[in-house]
Amino acid sequence: MKVTCKIWRQESADSKGNFKSYETDGLTEDMSFLEALDHLNEILVLKNERVVAFEYDCREGICGQCGVFINGRAHGPHDHVTTCQLHMRSFKDGDTIVIEPWRANAFPILKDLMVDRSAFDRIIEQGGFITAKTGTAPEANAILISKEVSDKSMDAAACIGCGACVATCKNASAALFTSAKINHLNSLPQGRPEAHKRVLEMTQQMQLEGFGSCTYTGACEVECPAEISISNIAEMNARYLKAKLLS
Amino acid sequence: MKLNSKIPEGKLEEKWRNYQANSHLINPTNKKKLNVIVVGSGLAGAGAAATLAELGYDVQCFCYQDSARRAHSVAAQGGINAAKNYQHDGDSVWRMFYDTLKGGDFRSREANTYRLAELSAPLIDHFVQQGVPFAREYGGVLVNRSFGGVQVQRTFYARGQTGQQLLMAAYSQLYKMIRAKKVDMLPRHEMLDLVVINGKAKGIIVRDLTDGTIKRYAADAVVLATGGYSRVFRLSTLAIGCNGSAIWKAHKRGAYFAAPSFTQIHPTALPQSSDAQSKLTLMSESLRNDGRIWVPTKKDDARKANEIPEDERDYYLERRYPAFGNLAPRDIASRAAKERIDAGHGVGPLKNGVYLDFKNAIDRLGLDTIEDRYGNLFKMYRKITGINAYEKPMLISPAAHFSMGGLWVDYELMTTIPGLYAIGECNYSDHGANRLGANSLLQASIDGYFILPNTINNYLQTELAEERPNVDHPEFERVEDDVKEHIAKMMAINGSRTVDDFHRALGKVMWQECAMSRNRAGLEKAIIQIKNIKKEFWSEVKVTGSEAELNPELEKALRLADFIELAILMCVDALQREESAGAHFREEYQTKDGEALRNDADFMYVSAWEYNTGNFKLHKEELKFEYVEPTVRSYK
Repeated sequence: MKVTCKIWRQESADSKGNFKSYETDGLTEDMSFLEALDHLNEILVLKNERVVAFEYDCREGICGQCGVFINGRAHGPHDHVTTCQLHMRSFKDGDTIVIEPWRANAFPILKDLMVDRSAFDRIIEQGGFITAKTGTAPEANAILISKEVSDKSMDAAACIGCGACVATCKNASAALFTSAKINHLNSLPQGRPEAHKRVLEMTQQMQLEGFGSCTYTGACEVECPAEISISNIAEMNARYLKAKLLS
Repeated sequence: MKLNSKIPEGKLEEKWRNYQANSHLINPTNKKKLNVIVVGSGLAGAGAAATLAELGYDVQCFCYQDSARRAHSVAAQGGINAAKNYQHDGDSVWRMFYDTLKGGDFRSREANTYRLAELSAPLIDHFVQQGVPFAREYGGVLVNRSFGGVQVQRTFYARGQTGQQLLMAAYSQLYKMIRAKKVDMLPRHEMLDLVVINGKAKGIIVRDLTDGTIKRYAADAVVLATGGYSRVFRLSTLAIGCNGSAIWKAHKRGAYFAAPSFTQIHPTALPQSSDAQSKLTLMSESLRNDGRIWVPTKKDDARKANEIPEDERDYYLERRYPAFGNLAPRDIASRAAKERIDAGHGVGPLKNGVYLDFKNAIDRLGLDTIEDRYGNLFKMYRKITGINAYEKPMLISPAAHFSMGGLWVDYELMTTIPGLYAIGECNYSDHGANRLGANSLLQASIDGYFILPNTINNYLQTELAEERPNVDHPEFERVEDDVKEHIAKMMAINGSRTVDDFHRALGKVMWQECAMSRNRAGLEKAIIQIKNIKKEFWSEVKVTGSEAELNPELEKALRLADFIELAILMCVDALQREESAGAHFREEYQTKDGEALRNDADFMYVSAWEYNTGNFKLHKEELKFEYVEPTVRSYK
């Protein structure tokens, strides 16, 4: 299998980038998309060129570190799939594949396809936790949580923090990411004491980081590998309103 | 040096309490003056960093990933064990302790293993409080399931993403303490060496991966929480960035390395499909709860799975191990699969897999129940293979997974270098020669949250009187120079082969000779081959770009250089241990029906290797079993 990879190359955060095309031969359908990039990098090394910098770690769709724009879509042509779980069988021999980094003001480019997503960590820092010290926990079954509530919390908690929601959103909004964490914790009894504070502070940080506003296009939930539903954003907004009124 | 495991006095169930009652305390004002470096931000590292910060210490936490949330604890699927006995099925701390000790084939310390079981129940309380959405019954109480090597239901889980949920809890607590300005988090920073001053760990040298700057960090104690090293096989279930560099550098600076060859090969990963493959995806062992493993009775059977009638299927685990069946421990299940595949019964395009079949379970429990239990795993399987496992059996195969081996630590989790601790998978402590499923999240968490924060003060109180650690000390300069020289040497080679090419070569040798089945001739040959790979690496590797920039190729090369050296020690260790125990199976030592043959008379010890400038020297920590009689491990 042979494809042309048209890849965004940018030396550093401050330099100007541009697309470069690489004819990449010797691929197979069973290869993952990232393995194809590995393969390209080996060819580049032997040609004495710098490798393409891209993110990855677990390569099984759970760590959230990988993520690039492929032919105009976050994580490539399929819904709900991380870049590492995309395989070359999704492309045809002779295809040109356009590969770009996430584009968002809050995710500055570090190099080539790598961006800085630490803005997400700083949103978590503003209350994406339950304030409880190690050693203070009551007996686990003393807190009863119905299966429905627990399952719903888990649906939101499944977010892997990859940033595809931001990258695919025309406003570069982080509403899906932020709402997932807020709803995970605020729907559980353990998260309730800090519920209002959490929603106010996390949403404030989201704005400070330069993410855009949500206009409910629904683009985010189409790409989300963890299938976080857009209804989380509505729920977050309701929680926000309640917190504003009550605090 | 004589190894002192520092096991506390008293009866087994009183040891940890006795230890806590007698260890030194540090008052809150003094804790503020002390700083601790934590390398790694997985369950062990993040748990330790957050808890140490809560206690008042000043903490710096490092990880190579772009965020602490990526650490590979995230990928553990199936669950976490705890002796809660919620199922009323006869579980207890004692039984969990015994299962773990037996699962490890009696090659771990009784006191450590007991403590693991003892602290398991409060850990579940802890995680529930932190907001982990564990699976629950309709009435609101927690659910359990079974796991390999055990006959009770003591595994807690959050769908097939238990590791992710526990890590998110640890990561959130870490960020809670970052907000409190008690932890300084440094992602994209990789530890390249350890600084030892007057025999004590006093800091580390790191590379800022974003621009290649080499930096010094000083501390009163250094905690390594850097995970497993099974990427030495190249193809493994681990994340691509997982590496053994931090513990290897610590080993070269004087920390003993225990049981390096004890590596768990997981029975249920997806089979390899080509040379270009970069990793083997794990399918949770929890699938063995309801899935049945089989191969065709006929050799080289070309029929599709659904066309093979029931009486021509060999459910070999149920046949060989009727008491445990598909829930036999991992080492046994992996070896049994290898045996069938080698005998010509393997299935799949490369004949390198076995079937994991859910047909019976779906008929019995209904599709909805199976979907509720394993939905995300079936979805993942489909994403990777394109196959719907509700209709056709999954194809699975053994893959390198967990490192039981690691830095030797005493009861306080301190290595042989004073002030250097190793927690989580990077140490050798509780699992012996084989780890039971759902015990790894447990050990990482307990080490980080509960044990280390209680033991580190015992050392740190002696450091209060010492001079504050300082990066201007000449030793920092010397170690930094070593690091820079090492990198410069690598960049200057400019050879003709890629890093991945060398990694493939190393992986092949290790998988062939030092994985599920080992023998003297093979290991001796492997050592020579790896030494050749090392020589060739240092004359032929090619790394492009420069060291003074973000350079993923250089990162890989530095990790591989350490893997190559570690691989030699793994083979040396496997060669020296002339017995079969747990995951370590020496072909020369087996019973007539192919089971592992332990030799308690000669090998009832933990092998702790001293680096000794590459002429590895063996030290033995004798294992004494006072409460349990080591038996022949049988799952029949």
